[in-house]
Amino acid sequence: MFWKMLNGALVRRKGKLVMIAFAVGLGVSLATAMLNVMFDVGDKVNQELKTYGANLTVVPRGASLMDELYSLEGDSAEPPRAEKYIAEADLHKIKMIFWAYNIVDFAPYLETAVKGGGQEISLVGTWFNKHLELPTGDEVDAGMNGLKTWWDIRGQGGDDADETGVLVGEALALRLGLGPGDSFPIESLDGQVGATVKIRGVFHSGGVEDEQIFAPLKLSQDLSGRPGLVQKVEVSALTTPENDLARRAAQDPGSLSRMEWDTWYCTAYISSIAYQIEEIIPGTRVKPVLQVAESEGAILEKTQLLMLLLTVLAMACSALAISNLVTANVMERSAEIGLLKALGATNSAISILMLTEILITAFIGGALGYFAGLGFAQLIGHGVFDSAVEVKGLVIPLTVVLVFLVTALGSLPAVRMLLRLRPTEVLHGR
Amino acid sequence: MNILELRGISKIYGQLSALSEIDLDVAQGEWLAIMGPSGSGKTTVMNIIGCLDKPSCGSVVLDGQELSALSADELTAIRRDKIGLIFQQFHLISYLTALENVMVAQYYHSLVDEKEALAALDRVGLADRAKHLPRQLSGGEQQRVCIARALINYPSIILADEPTGNLDEANERVVMDILHQLHREGSTIVVVTHAPEVAAHAERTVVLEYGKIARIVLGGDPSKAPEVGEACGAGA
Ligand SMILES: Nc1ncnc2c1ncn2[C@@H]1O[C@H](COP(=O)(O)OP(=O)(O)OP(=O)(O)O)[C@@H](O)[C@H]1O
Ligand SMILES: [Mg+2]
Repeated sequence: MFWKMLNGALVRRKGKLVMIAFAVGLGVSLATAMLNVMFDVGDKVNQELKTYGANLTVVPRGASLMDELYSLEGDSAEPPRAEKYIAEADLHKIKMIFWAYNIVDFAPYLETAVKGGGQEISLVGTWFNKHLELPTGDEVDAGMNGLKTWWDIRGQGGDDADETGVLVGEALALRLGLGPGDSFPIESLDGQVGATVKIRGVFHSGGVEDEQIFAPLKLSQDLSGRPGLVQKVEVSALTTPENDLARRAAQDPGSLSRMEWDTWYCTAYISSIAYQIEEIIPGTRVKPVLQVAESEGAILEKTQLLMLLLTVLAMACSALAISNLVTANVMERSAEIGLLKALGATNSAISILMLTEILITAFIGGALGYFAGLGFAQLIGHGVFDSAVEVKGLVIPLTVVLVFLVTALGSLPAVRMLLRLRPTEVLHGR
Repeated sequence: MNILELRGISKIYGQLSALSEIDLDVAQGEWLAIMGPSGSGKTTVMNIIGCLDKPSCGSVVLDGQELSALSADELTAIRRDKIGLIFQQFHLISYLTALENVMVAQYYHSLVDEKEALAALDRVGLADRAKHLPRQLSGGEQQRVCIARALINYPSIILADEPTGNLDEANERVVMDILHQLHREGSTIVVVTHAPEVAAHAERTVVLEYGKIARIVLGGDPSKAPEVGEACGAGA
């Protein structure tokens, strides 16, 4: 009978309940959108900070800007221009600067477009774990394996000893329908050079790399016709936090006094390390990237706070609206409630009936709101952050708890009214 | 044997004394009418008898049980078990069918029994309307559903406050016929009414004025019949 009554109320009074569902739905859609974006932004920030775990980028002087702006332009169409590249042979010098021991790791990159599996694919040549013997007699290992530590690799990691062994981004692997252990042919866009590569592993990076192939540097140099060249180098260095001196030096080292200059040069500021790399490999420009990521991180953190605030506000508004609607609902049905009491229903029985009805309505509204919110999240993601927002499972239990709390809180005044309602006051038409 | 005994019942709302010193006995199987001008306290008496309200002072004994000492929850239990209520405004639940409306009373009383509920609707001649919603029923039919609901749990006493107040003559007759049938089967019935022709069906009529029993009339119409008792201390 409980279900019959509930069913009757839900099905035959749905017109009156739609508003409640709508109020909940609206709040939930906002909360869902905000929470999803919030969590996703959090991940994106972390990723960015990790990405710039390599905190210096070395690019050819003059290409630093161009390269970024026109990175999509077909490289093979133009003849290689020497000033746009860095010689691979110079790279070991990075380990020979004054602050050599602060250089944790570094890896060069040379990107080129190739044909494979019937489509155009971006292939990035790099060092995975290159063994270097320095003129100083020191021996070091350098390469991407130590930089991209957060990459989630299925299969084996990259190895420079395996000349045709590549790592394939998760999204690309999915598109090609290939997995670790598979081999497939690739060739340069003009069809002049080809190779058969073997997938050592499939990785998840969470960034654009998921659409790329990472191969030993030699392979991409062969495929792009740029022997001995790289486009950029990522360097991870241990640095001293910036201070006023470092900031002035970063703007113009020439403005420092002799003493200041010495202090700056002999401190592991990111700017002095950058300066030293530029010194040792002429024709390069070294960009510190950590600062950008940090300030970006700070802004995003604030954005997250704002979104949390919006979520709370949305739910508070929802609770207010629900409170009004549920109270109106109880008022409208006071005669019915009085009758149930007259028929012997206890306060708790009636409260449970009404609350169940409201909760079911709220959850229906909430479910609809959730999906609307996922849509909002994508809109926000594309509009504000220029990328899709990943759907976070955690948001579901969170919204369930929110709906429950908001509905229960919003229903409190109505329940109080229901408890105080006396059948004699409503049953005799007074 | 008396099913109901009121002794010295008063109900006071702030300054206003809605009932004062009412003494009234109702015998098992009796049909009693309560009449009186508006504001004389008829509904107040009904609420007290129906365990919906408590008197300010005095004692109520229903079916051998003293009510004044009971808590609200205990009164609810007694109302559920012993009272069948019929209202002027019917008070059917709008989103439940006629059958379900009757079953609600079963649900809060004990167990739901659809066959029995259907039988009750049959008694009031509405078996074929069981699946209809209240808004699909005429006023008279709604009141008959209300009666079916009132009698579904075999109450000791049926209380009707202006049961025909919202009905036309034809429907009034149908409802009164059902009450007669219930009375013949042994139900105790108390009907509050303005209308002398409704009171005329009763075996005894109590006339209230200003919260007191003005007179008690045997049989139908109080305006024609001779007075049989004085206001104070009058009993059956
Ligand atoms: N809850 C209340 N608070 C204050 N006064 C009340 C309350 N209930 C009833 N009264 C007063 O008590 C008196 C008796 O009311 P009651 O409803 O019993 O009259 P009635 O005989 O049923 O009238 P009617 O024929 O109009 O239904 C009236 O004067 C009414 O104003
Ligand atoms: Mg009245």
